[in-house]
Amino acid sequence: MTDAGKESGGMTTARAVRRSLLVSLWFMFLTLPILVIRVNPVAQEIVWRWRNLFLIGVGSFVLSLVGQFLTHRQTRRTPSLTPGRLAIFRQRCMREPQIYVPFLLCAVLTTLLFPWFFSTYQTNIMTTALMYVVLGLGLNIVVGLAGLLDLGYVAFYAVGAYSYALLNHHFGLGFWAALPIGAGLAALFGILLGFPVLRLRGDYLAIVTLGFGEIIRLILENWNEFSFGPSGIANIPRPGFFGLDLSLAGATVYLYYLMIGLVLFTIFVVNRLQNSRIGRAWIALREDELACQAMGIDKTRTKLTAFALGATWAGMVGVIFAAKTTFINPPSFTFLESAMILAIVVLGGMGSIAGVVIAALVLILLPEYLRAFAEYRMLLFGAVLVIMMIFRPQGLISSARRAYKFMPVPVAAGRNKRHGTAADH
Amino acid sequence: MGPLLTIDRLCMDFGGLRALDHLNLSVAAGEIVALIGPNGAGKTTFFNCLTGLCAPTAGEIHLVVPGRGQRLRLNGLPPNRVTEKGLARTFQNIRLFADMTVLENVMIGRHCRTKAGVFGAVFRSAAARIEEQQIVTASAAILERLGLGSYFNDLARNLPYGAQRRLEIARALATEPVLLLLDEPAAGMNPQETAELDELILKIRSELGIAILLIEHDMRLVMSLSDRIVVMDHGEKIAEGTPAEIRSNPLVITAYLGEDLAQTA
Repeated sequence: MTDAGKESGGMTTARAVRRSLLVSLWFMFLTLPILVIRVNPVAQEIVWRWRNLFLIGVGSFVLSLVGQFLTHRQTRRTPSLTPGRLAIFRQRCMREPQIYVPFLLCAVLTTLLFPWFFSTYQTNIMTTALMYVVLGLGLNIVVGLAGLLDLGYVAFYAVGAYSYALLNHHFGLGFWAALPIGAGLAALFGILLGFPVLRLRGDYLAIVTLGFGEIIRLILENWNEFSFGPSGIANIPRPGFFGLDLSLAGATVYLYYLMIGLVLFTIFVVNRLQNSRIGRAWIALREDELACQAMGIDKTRTKLTAFALGATWAGMVGVIFAAKTTFINPPSFTFLESAMILAIVVLGGMGSIAGVVIAALVLILLPEYLRAFAEYRMLLFGAVLVIMMIFRPQGLISSARRAYKFMPVPVAAGRNKRHGTAADH
Repeated sequence: MGPLLTIDRLCMDFGGLRALDHLNLSVAAGEIVALIGPNGAGKTTFFNCLTGLCAPTAGEIHLVVPGRGQRLRLNGLPPNRVTEKGLARTFQNIRLFADMTVLENVMIGRHCRTKAGVFGAVFRSAAARIEEQQIVTASAAILERLGLGSYFNDLARNLPYGAQRRLEIARALATEPVLLLLDEPAAGMNPQETAELDELILKIRSELGIAILLIEHDMRLVMSLSDRIVVMDHGEKIAEGTPAEIRSNPLVITAYLGEDLAQTA
């Protein structure tokens, strides 16, 4: 708190210390019954663990001080027009080939050789993470670009998974035939959901989509004749590789590469979509629905394409999920999954492809590698989420709008001209 | 030349409140008509009815596009269809797409005149690429014309206030309207900016041949700009005429100043 203290005197420091003292006292009081007092019923005595009280007091005092310091620094920093040091560094990394080429090469080699250097278990986790990358990118179309808060996204994932499982069970359809069908069916469900919610926005939309997700799950759970109920569907074949029978390890590696391919395909398509006429219409819809309509954009069609295209990816990943686990049942498609995918989109940065990819990898891999912390795993995970949202509410990487270049107006001339008009005013 | 836009006995009720009461109005091609009246007279509601954001309770709205000849019925159409037919508007409280760039804002206006779909976007077919290029060129040209050429890639939210107002007009022009509806375009502007706006509106009329219907409280602007002025109060049209006629109309003075003041004045 050095320069902050200098600027506004010792007052802020004193106040921060006083607040932290209060916070630590409050925490000591709150945790007293759980962490300090222990009743031993056998010996009929009460054990007072004063050491715990001391640790909690000191710990919460320090954490509160650090937290106050950081928020103080953040609010004091005025948003300036000149980009920060980090942004300049990032721009330099993106522009200079001698920086980004080796980095890119490293990343490509790691992804390609990953299954050969790590165990089947690690490859499996990585495949799951890649599945969430695609799910995140799919939901990013609906939530990040079109601004439609969808809490029932997992329903489309379930549609994809069940369409493969059921088509395979009844008609013996293979993985590659089921993939487009699952995607198409999910898109159809996306449109089906889209129609009733066309008029809804924000919180209301969120509640209806949440209900929709639950309806799909409850149907799968209770309509035994159709979906085999809670017992699920087993023995779903893994994807075939030109008629070859792969071992379990082989199939894992194969699925890994399949997911890499799908991730690249998704990034390609979403990137092209968001810089197209349709993508612009989605963003305009997110920014101001009324103005968007008044500018001649068909709200109905734009919303439905967003729902349908978002659902398509969930359907595809659903088919892959069924093929990967070879067994599916309704508990795989609870609201928690929707919430997780939404967390990926929000944490990554709404509408930002790179952000969503990184967030998906972090959010899925973090709990796996935090297993060392055993029961504190989810606590740490939650803490990371909360801290992220406090200090970077715009997400890991906020989306930047595309800059266009023109032949008739070179950038330099444009800049000179701005000075001209500024002088005119 | 016959009227471009004809409004016949337009009514709009909100519950028990009659916001528009049998309003008749017409705008000829290339004409600048101003709509004035005290706050709450129903001017913005009238715009909302015209552009399809509100569905009028009764009455007819017809548009005759000079080149195309047919008489198009506008009431009951959704807002995007009305814009397609050739009516474009700006908003009283600026409603730009704040997190999009200036150019993208105008490119949105081109949406209803282009048609590339999902497949065009993903596969970048020749047609889609050419169309996209045309959207950029046309939008850039409009920005240049409105003196926003230096802001192309800035986010709309970062523009100075006057430029934001002009960008709203640019965005509306991108939809290729035959009639432009401006809802208080000079609100919050300083005299210098208002003078520039006056010039701009006249330029839009003379160079693009677009008729303009505007709501405005700045009387100096209204008087200098309009061919005809329509005065509204309590949802009714109380007067109509040239600026000179309106200035001396006792009904208008009463509506603006209230009965007592008008008598003493």
